[in-house]
Amino acid sequence: MRVADVRPVVHLHDAALRFGERTVWSGLDFDVAPGEFIAVLGPNGSGKTSLLKVLLGLQRLTSGVVEVLGSAPSRGNKMVGYVPQQKGFDRDLPLRGRDLVALGLDGHRWGIPLPSRARRGRVDAALADVGAQRYAKAAVGRLSGGEQQRLRMAQALLGDPGLLLCDEPLLSLDLHHQRVITELVDRRRREHGTAVLFVTHEVNPVLPLVDRVLYLAAGRWASGAPEEVLTSERLSALYGTTVEVVRVGGRFIVAGAPDAVHAEPGGSHHHPDDSASAILR
Amino acid sequence: MTAHWDYLHLAFAQHALIAASLVAVISGVIGPFVITRGMSFAVHGAAELALTGAAAGLLIANDAVSGALVGSVVVAGAFGVLAVRERERDSAIGVVLGLGLGLGFFLLHFYNGFETEALNILVGQITSVGTAQIEILVGVALAVLAAMTVLYRPLAFASVDPDLAEARGVRTRLVGLLFLLMLCVTVTEAAQVVGTVLVLSLVITPAAAAQRLSADPGVVLGLSTVFALIAAVGGLLVNIVYVPDVRASSFITFIAFGIYALARIAAAARQSLGGNRELPIDSDDSDGTAAINAA
Repeated sequence: MRVADVRPVVHLHDAALRFGERTVWSGLDFDVAPGEFIAVLGPNGSGKTSLLKVLLGLQRLTSGVVEVLGSAPSRGNKMVGYVPQQKGFDRDLPLRGRDLVALGLDGHRWGIPLPSRARRGRVDAALADVGAQRYAKAAVGRLSGGEQQRLRMAQALLGDPGLLLCDEPLLSLDLHHQRVITELVDRRRREHGTAVLFVTHEVNPVLPLVDRVLYLAAGRWASGAPEEVLTSERLSALYGTTVEVVRVGGRFIVAGAPDAVHAEPGGSHHHPDDSASAILR
Repeated sequence: MTAHWDYLHLAFAQHALIAASLVAVISGVIGPFVITRGMSFAVHGAAELALTGAAAGLLIANDAVSGALVGSVVVAGAFGVLAVRERERDSAIGVVLGLGLGLGFFLLHFYNGFETEALNILVGQITSVGTAQIEILVGVALAVLAAMTVLYRPLAFASVDPDLAEARGVRTRLVGLLFLLMLCVTVTEAAQVVGTVLVLSLVITPAAAAQRLSADPGVVLGLSTVFALIAAVGGLLVNIVYVPDVRASSFITFIAFGIYALARIAAAARQSLGGNRELPIDSDDSDGTAAINAA
């Protein structure tokens, strides 16, 4: 094991983020070890995406310490892979699957990419890693959400990053592709020791695989194994109001949380059954 | 109809062909990015504002061509400063366009020469391009091509996925502003060839046709440039050789639209033959259902 591997990939100490008067979260102490799979949960506006932006160097902490792979976060760090919240591509966008993946390799460089065998080989390998070779030459705008998400994974993993940040990667995917994407991430962190922060509402597909959850709500936070954090006591304390967590057939259902979890942007993916109450799926 | 192929030996015809080719190449190169970034209205705005620059140039230095070129840089600056957020972009362009056109006609009022020289820019004056203008055009075309070569990759990244490009270290705002400058300069030069009102035929139409035929960004860029060249040079030849008393601009737009129509037909034909991946969502759903049924 390399020396770097024993240090935390992410180190947050007494970290706080405030926008004007509003405290998004504060006093956050959280370390992520290499190969750890963390689900970042919480209602809309609890600062999950902002946390990723801090780790990407796009957002400064108001106070406290943050380190990514042993140094201060910096924009353009090649060792950090990022899958932003999905926006569908335009149907006529002149971009093929492999072009999207190649942007992850050198899209930030000036100039025109010169074709080379090495470059093509790396893109091919990244496509093969996620099983996306079949539609590598198709226009991305004409692929399904699941296929696009696989390509984004290939793009993010191409540089073999030490840290992978995913923002709602399961949004608007069907059950099959939710499983495909989570298993892809799980395999990656087991085989390559990539630490993963996975912001999601779709907790149930992820919970069997994650090591810990980081739950952000009402300016506070909680972390630990899923069954420790996702309890009525812990979440009621976190939200400051009575919250019920029910386990049904291995699925967690959270009822009564204010700022309903289902009120997220892109909420069209909800299962019709969820309309009755705030349900964490 | 008499064909006047001998006209092609004349200097005016050769100047016009060179000018049309230069303008077509840079228009064809920026076109795909204009479409991807949804900037068609910026093209229209910059084209009409070429009139204001030309009027100012006439008034200050009796030089419409240089005036339009300097004006295009001012226009790019105004668009860039006022339209920081994407949602306000079109309204900011509308505001600048309104003021700029008013200013253009106001300036023309004080110009004692022939107003038609500035108003020519509205419909194009390709067959009256002089040596001096060719020199400016060559310089502008080389500068735009060099800038687009440098900008190509980060511009593509920032256009496709701005959030990710920003995180990966692309200076998306700078790249966007530089592209806006290239767009305004290109469009202003094109306005002087095909006319303000018809610039869209060289910038948007060829790129839109190219996108129908391929998803490969390099192929789209190449096809867009070739289509713009065919339209510009073809339209000009029709004008010079066959119909000297009708402006070249009209034929350029006809040919550009013809290419676009053919591209759409070709794309539709390919789809109905099943050569294109048209219904990936269906196959996806069946995958999903199978997985649920199996579980």
